[in-house]
Amino acid sequence: MSLALPLIWAVLIAVAVFAYVVLDGFDLGVGILFPAVRGHEERDVMVNSVAPVWDGNETWLVLGGGGLFAVFPLAYAILLSALYMPLTLMLLALVFRGVAFEMRFRARHEREQKRWDRAFMGGSYVAAFCQGVALGAFVQGIKVSGRAYAGGWWDWLTPFSVMTGAALVAGYGLLGACWLIWKTEGDLQGRFRHLAGRLAFGTLVFIAAVSLAMLFLSAPFRARWLVFPRAAGAALVPLILLGLAWVFFAALKQRREIAPFLYALGFFLLAYVGLGVSLWPMMVPPSVTIQDAAAPPATQAFLLWGASVLIPVILLYTGYVYWLFRGKVEVGAGYH
Amino acid sequence: MAGLHLPSALDLARSQFAFVVVWHFLYPAFTIGLASFLAVLEALWLATKKALFLDTFQYWLRIFAVVFAMGVVSGLVMSYQFGTNWSVFSDKVGPVIGPFLGYEVLTAFFLEAGFLGVMLFGLKRVGPKLHFMATCLVAIGTLVSTFWILAANSWMQTPDGFGRTADGRFFPTSWVKALFNPSFPYRYAHTVVAAYLTTALVVGAVGAFHVLKDRTNPRARLMFSMALWMAVIIGPLQIVLGDLHGVNSYHYQPTKVAALEGQFDTEQGASSLIFGWPDARAGETRFALGVPKLASLYLAHDPNAVVKGLKAYPRSRWPTNIPLVFFAFRAMVGLGLLIVLLGVTGLVLRWRGRLYDARLFQRFAVAMGPAGFLAVTAGWIVTEAGRQPFTVYGLLRTADSVGPVAAPAVAASLLAFVVVYVVVFGSGMAFTVHLFGQTPGPHDPGPPGNEPIRTAAITPVLAASSAPDRFGAGDAHAVDTRS
Repeated sequence: MSLALPLIWAVLIAVAVFAYVVLDGFDLGVGILFPAVRGHEERDVMVNSVAPVWDGNETWLVLGGGGLFAVFPLAYAILLSALYMPLTLMLLALVFRGVAFEMRFRARHEREQKRWDRAFMGGSYVAAFCQGVALGAFVQGIKVSGRAYAGGWWDWLTPFSVMTGAALVAGYGLLGACWLIWKTEGDLQGRFRHLAGRLAFGTLVFIAAVSLAMLFLSAPFRARWLVFPRAAGAALVPLILLGLAWVFFAALKQRREIAPFLYALGFFLLAYVGLGVSLWPMMVPPSVTIQDAAAPPATQAFLLWGASVLIPVILLYTGYVYWLFRGKVEVGAGYH
Repeated sequence: MAGLHLPSALDLARSQFAFVVVWHFLYPAFTIGLASFLAVLEALWLATKKALFLDTFQYWLRIFAVVFAMGVVSGLVMSYQFGTNWSVFSDKVGPVIGPFLGYEVLTAFFLEAGFLGVMLFGLKRVGPKLHFMATCLVAIGTLVSTFWILAANSWMQTPDGFGRTADGRFFPTSWVKALFNPSFPYRYAHTVVAAYLTTALVVGAVGAFHVLKDRTNPRARLMFSMALWMAVIIGPLQIVLGDLHGVNSYHYQPTKVAALEGQFDTEQGASSLIFGWPDARAGETRFALGVPKLASLYLAHDPNAVVKGLKAYPRSRWPTNIPLVFFAFRAMVGLGLLIVLLGVTGLVLRWRGRLYDARLFQRFAVAMGPAGFLAVTAGWIVTEAGRQPFTVYGLLRTADSVGPVAAPAVAASLLAFVVVYVVVFGSGMAFTVHLFGQTPGPHDPGPPGNEPIRTAAITPVLAASSAPDRFGAGDAHAVDTRS
């Protein structure tokens, strides 16, 4: 049990982070698409489509942070020191965004609303970019000595992490566009369909570029992806991705409304699984494993009891809230 | 040594934590009480079907939406502060208090976030009964959240139910003892009541402000009256809880209590100081003006009891900023007494039937609007600065808790937090004050788009003029949505 607990928790944390990425991903994506949509009624529709759910979406990020603190305190300590700058910037960007959410609907005059629109848009870009940068910095490896981060405060900034930052902006933009295909209709929906096509292309190029770059990043990654027999299994990941890309573009062409969003989630899931394959069993690559970073079994067991009851309940009522606000968002429906 | 003395990474990290946590707590201090107030108003509406309650509910719901959003994002920052700046603390203490934060997210944050959407936007979709349930769940969520976070904080003050590894890391031995550690029940009660009082003072001030403008406005009268009932009932209760909490601290955190009393020497029949200037270097409180035997009376419940002063403990265990603890305590108690005065005067005026005519008293109530925020902040300063120089009282020093991040990085992020908070939250709060200034009217539209369910027709013209959040009557679609 004491060996299994950290693995269970590693999977649970990974699931929470993935839930965050796709859920806040599409609502950050809504902000990322702001420059492409100028009319303030259209922008209202975009924001309305996520207004009742964004707060819940962002809670997964708190679960990622709080959960890591509880069950992998060493990883929490090392990662947050190492990623100090991008994470701080991300939090500040989310501050801008969260307040802009409420304020842009209540602006007393046009100029004020433009300002909050910019805060919403800027916050979305910076938050998405910083998350991507943090991911890149994490993947490229973190210098550790003893039980602490041993690198400098600019180590996170490399061409690779900038690329992963840009990749996540494109990816979130894609999720946002697909979400909005689902939630809008008419001309507006047509524009998001067009944008989704372009962003999907960009996202796929980024996935390919990041994957190739990772092969040059370290020998273990190469061994995992290129050496037989492991490579045979690993090769499935890009093949499935190509298949998904095919059905995604077909679904766009057939003007399907929900399918593009689901396939876009598929892109994320595959990229995420690919990362998992590369990093397993590291909690903080390249040196701290899941077992090294784990809190004592008593701690992990205590939270697991609660989580195993509460997470299903959370999924149920979160699902209920989404169902409640199902359907298209109408133009001119006010703040809702 | 000559030359410029730059702040260390430790000083900067402490300043940063103090800044973001004090700012953050202003929001929950208000929303904990406001969520419960909203639940009560909605219950009254459902029970009586009187529009008065729904209108007042909608008025405060609009304010709640803005303040809650600021609380969420400033709270998100807090959940990362432990790791970014206090990573050694996180590594050492995470196994004990980490699960409390985990449970806070699982039992409270998701609940609040999930049902907040229904509360703000769902009245039309789910109907009044389910909507009321959502309001109650959000209110319960705020109290559950307070429970977990205060358990974690209390554990840092009065740790229990743990063991330590050879390299000083904490591990749990009894969850019941760790969770219900000695100071937790007192701190929880004291904090929840403080939050309720903070809300009552704000609601009372807004009510008083509008009663001053129009003494017949029934919504303003309702707010004013309900808030004063709250103040007169829980104001004195808070003093009792504060005293119990103080006695508890005296037993478990004697250096904190000695610092807040400004008492350096151990005394029999210790006096309580009304004023003084504690000078840690000299080891005495200058210009002391006090009431003899009072401190012994309220700490040991015996006027002749011996109360230990700071000198009974090594200097290395003294709080690092004794004057701060000393004056913050006086500010908190002083404000608490003013709050009781407000409540009692309100009761007397009510009894004489002059509550809505006493303009001077109403001005006093307006002036007391921010008193809750100030008192809560002062209280937290007492308890946190009083815990120094430790993060885990008596066991883990603050200096040994800080992470390896270089001083320039901490300074840069501190500066960024200050600028962003002042600009973003500053304008959010300015807007909240603007909302306070809006007259609570009949058919209050609530958060834009959350039209209450009514049979009475609302004319577009009226709707436009009662929708001041939009660009005004000229905005065509603000009219459309409400026609």
